[in-house]
Amino acid sequence: MSDQTPLLLVIALLPFIGALIPGLMIRAGRNACAIFTAAPTALAFIMLLLLAPAVFRGEVLHFRLDWLPQLGLQASFFLDGLGLLFACMITGVGLLITLYARFYLSGEDPMGQFYTFLLLFQGAMLGIVLSDNILLLLIFWELTSLSSFLLIGYWKHLPDGRQGARMALAVTGAGGLAMIGGMLILGNIAGSYNLSDILQAGDAIKASDWYLPALILILLGAFTKSAQFPFHFWLPHAMAAPTPVSAYLHSSTMVKAGVFLMARMWPALGGTQEWFYIVTSVGLITMVIGAVVALFKDDLKGLLAFSTVSHLGLLTALLGFATPMAAVVAVFHIINHMTFKAALFMTAGIIDHEAHTRDIRRLGGLRTLMPITFVIGTIAALSMAGVPLTNGFLSKELMLEEAWHAHLFENHYAAAVLATLGAVFSVAYSLRFIFHVFFGPVRDDYPHKPHDPPFGMWAAPALLVVFVVAIGLYPPLVEPLVKVAGQAVIGDAEMPYFHLAIWHGVTPALIMSGIALAVGAIILIAFTPVDRLWLALKVPYAKAMFDALMARLVGFSTWLTAGMHNGAISRYLAIFTVATVLLGVIAYMGGGLSAPDRTLLPIPPVVFIGWVLLVAGAIAVVALHRHRFRALVVLGIIGLMISAGFIYLSAPDLALTQISVETVTIMLLLLALHFLPKETPNESGQALRIRDGAIALVAGVGVAALCYAFMLRGVPTISDYHLANSYIGGGGTNVVNVILVDFRGYDTYGEIIVLGIAGLTIYALMEALLNGPAARRLRNTDYSQDRSRDRHPLMMVIATRVMMPIALMVGIYIFLRGHNQPGGGFVAGLVVSIALLMQYMASGFAWTQERQKIEYHSLIGWGVVIAGLTGAGAWLAGKPFLTSAYGYLEFPPIEEFEWATAIAFDLGVFLTVLGAVMLMLYSLSRIARYAGETVNVEAMDYDPTDRTTDRTTDQKEAR
Amino acid sequence: MELLVASAVGVLTAGGVYLILRLRAFPVILGLSLLSYAVNVFLFSSGGLAVNLPPILNKYAPDQAYTDPLPQALVLTAIVISFGMTALLVMVALGAYLESDTDKVDMDAPDASGDEETSK
Repeated sequence: MSDQTPLLLVIALLPFIGALIPGLMIRAGRNACAIFTAAPTALAFIMLLLLAPAVFRGEVLHFRLDWLPQLGLQASFFLDGLGLLFACMITGVGLLITLYARFYLSGEDPMGQFYTFLLLFQGAMLGIVLSDNILLLLIFWELTSLSSFLLIGYWKHLPDGRQGARMALAVTGAGGLAMIGGMLILGNIAGSYNLSDILQAGDAIKASDWYLPALILILLGAFTKSAQFPFHFWLPHAMAAPTPVSAYLHSSTMVKAGVFLMARMWPALGGTQEWFYIVTSVGLITMVIGAVVALFKDDLKGLLAFSTVSHLGLLTALLGFATPMAAVVAVFHIINHMTFKAALFMTAGIIDHEAHTRDIRRLGGLRTLMPITFVIGTIAALSMAGVPLTNGFLSKELMLEEAWHAHLFENHYAAAVLATLGAVFSVAYSLRFIFHVFFGPVRDDYPHKPHDPPFGMWAAPALLVVFVVAIGLYPPLVEPLVKVAGQAVIGDAEMPYFHLAIWHGVTPALIMSGIALAVGAIILIAFTPVDRLWLALKVPYAKAMFDALMARLVGFSTWLTAGMHNGAISRYLAIFTVATVLLGVIAYMGGGLSAPDRTLLPIPPVVFIGWVLLVAGAIAVVALHRHRFRALVVLGIIGLMISAGFIYLSAPDLALTQISVETVTIMLLLLALHFLPKETPNESGQALRIRDGAIALVAGVGVAALCYAFMLRGVPTISDYHLANSYIGGGGTNVVNVILVDFRGYDTYGEIIVLGIAGLTIYALMEALLNGPAARRLRNTDYSQDRSRDRHPLMMVIATRVMMPIALMVGIYIFLRGHNQPGGGFVAGLVVSIALLMQYMASGFAWTQERQKIEYHSLIGWGVVIAGLTGAGAWLAGKPFLTSAYGYLEFPPIEEFEWATAIAFDLGVFLTVLGAVMLMLYSLSRIARYAGETVNVEAMDYDPTDRTTDRTTDQKEAR
Repeated sequence: MELLVASAVGVLTAGGVYLILRLRAFPVILGLSLLSYAVNVFLFSSGGLAVNLPPILNKYAPDQAYTDPLPQALVLTAIVISFGMTALLVMVALGAYLESDTDKVDMDAPDASGDEETSK
């Protein structure tokens, strides 16, 4: 069991890799394209055949690869009898379809695209049947929905194709969503997402309280995919697809995925009362409805589609019976249905291709015009009807036998009668296919004069028909395959004795079969009056109901979206705040709040004064918010109080950061305010303000309560690890800094990148703005009134010049000591940018910019690069990204000197912060240039040293 | 002490929420600043409050207790990032004002704005 079979992974991946090729090969011609599509399929098929002997010996082949083990998701595949049967069908029919499509598609259709979609679909299907992990299976399941959407809508110019594709996606996609829920429940019960484990845990699953929800959700997925009533309606509409797609997806592969899933889950879910009633009744109802509707369809493909619905119902019913023999019969019928239905779809495609119509009322008499097609179509249709000497007869016989033994709702005959009824109509529509298309007089009003297609087109259906006859004449041919696949379905249950043969003697099944043939033939003879009766019944049309439902859903969504997102941001924010508070209240009502276990800290008077200032500040900001400048000043007080609070509460690093950020924020807002209106007009009415006040109050009280409750309770923390390892592992005593540059360096790396992006975005926004109409507006605005006459005062210029080296030195000091004492790259970057900003403020933008040699963009870039390279350096030492190293150097006269790679990382942080902050403020101040501000070339407005030189030059000139 | 911190967070939140519900860009920016103070302090307080126990390891007192350093590290980057976001928002607000000559944050009803376009 533990032996790996890597070939399985190759088989699963081949179609996806192959899907890349047809789009390129189409330039080499249509034949080359078809051959290159066939190559991966053929390879996968051959590999399957290589693995087949082991499967026939009863082995189950595995391949397991951890993908996301935390989620229980593994890229694991396994191959047992059932998987082998389906995988061979998918690749085998895939090959035939590739050949058929080569001749079917016209020169105007983009063939490369078609083959790419086909291979994608094939890969998804193979994934479903080979997955050993239900999460992986779900991924492939959704992939089949998506790729079949592309295939059904392949003829994009046809509205039918687009609508059919949308409907198929909506129905199967919705089922897939339900199935995700079901599978997660199932995995939860079984304690593993691996199919092998789940199949073993069948008893535990059936005993669980969650069994019924899981069953219903999973069956929803299976029923939608396999077009079971009441979800059957998408399949006939998917017939708008090109016929190769219908032959592939809608006869043998995709619609069988649901059946496959039920067969796969049979040991885990099957055998209970719930399973029996849901699956059997849905299956039998679908079988009868599908067969009845099929008879009255005038469209050849529509007839076949409903017949497929009916046969899928039959398979579902068989699996529902939940006896081992019924499961084996289902497997046998899957093979038979694949052979005759794919052949029939291809025949329908040939007729459509040659006669340019597939309306049965306009056909007839094709027997003499298309003899080869006639032979193929007739044999396949006879098999569909269940006429002896074809394989359809064998499995239908066995099915009737099983139905005879089944008791539906305590009634011995219910299942048998329904099954016979289905069989009657099945005979009728099969005969209609033969007689109304091929027999009758030759007409002279075909849209196009039909004749047999080239060999390449009829080769594929012919091969399938050979199987139909071969199995029909000599059933033991497939007996080993049926046995090994059947065993895989029924799991550990004992294989019932059976023998596939044409003649079992006169059994109830043979009598039912005989009735079906006779009544079916009578219905066809009386077709005209029966058809009239059917039309008079006015059976409701599923598409209309679906469209009405969709229209209502879309209407509801539009109403909801328009109601909440009407372009007013204040409305979203109000809704968001209220919803968040409500969620919080609901969570609180849920209980589970433990008793407080922390003691409260005392309140010293100084702290209380700080609190009063802070609260007063917050209230003042709200009260003064319409006088923008004043509100801004008060905002600074709040920031200061918060920094003070951080110092008091043992967070020196935070206090340093807060106070420097506060400085640059206020500068930024002041700069912005220069160009914004200074007052906010009073727009909101009394009622609105009261409403907003109420929302704000509720939010505030909620957050305060949450915060208080949080602080009263100790929570488990991972910080003990950080405290214990900060010095030993990271080489620093400032734990906060070590966390930033080492333990959680990856986070910090992401954050400096975000900051850098914010800086660059602001720069880009400003560029766009200054090249647009805003620039004109700026030039025409007169800002001269609110400017100081003394813009660059002497005292300030001198003071900032003196401050500059001191501030820089402080910045560097803070940076260097950061690893062991409060400080570090973030704070140092902010401090240095404040030092630079002071120069801008004192001497003006242009003067300073002229003396600024390094571009701020490149600072951001270098910062990120240095931090990244430092992190990557750990790889050289064979450690994970961002593992830091440190050590000590001895300089004899001085002291021991510590080095740590973390400081290089911190340098990157420093540069990025500096670059981003400077770039932001630089971008804002560039607006000033456009606002007609004069450019200063002098450092200050009044320079006493200039005065003296001026005087001397004046004197010189006077002489 | 805990009561003071919690009530301060509550007041800052209430003020911030009220201001972000205003209809002009500048109060919204002020409101977001208040909210980011509130969020930062809240995050910081989740580690529990402690006085005089900064997380600076003392090599000579191996048994000393320290406050929880992790929320501090998280808040430190949050402070810097929220500055970046405020700056971005200011720039967007400024751009919107300069382009449209109003700093309203809500879109007008569709037909009204259409009229404005044509009048330009």
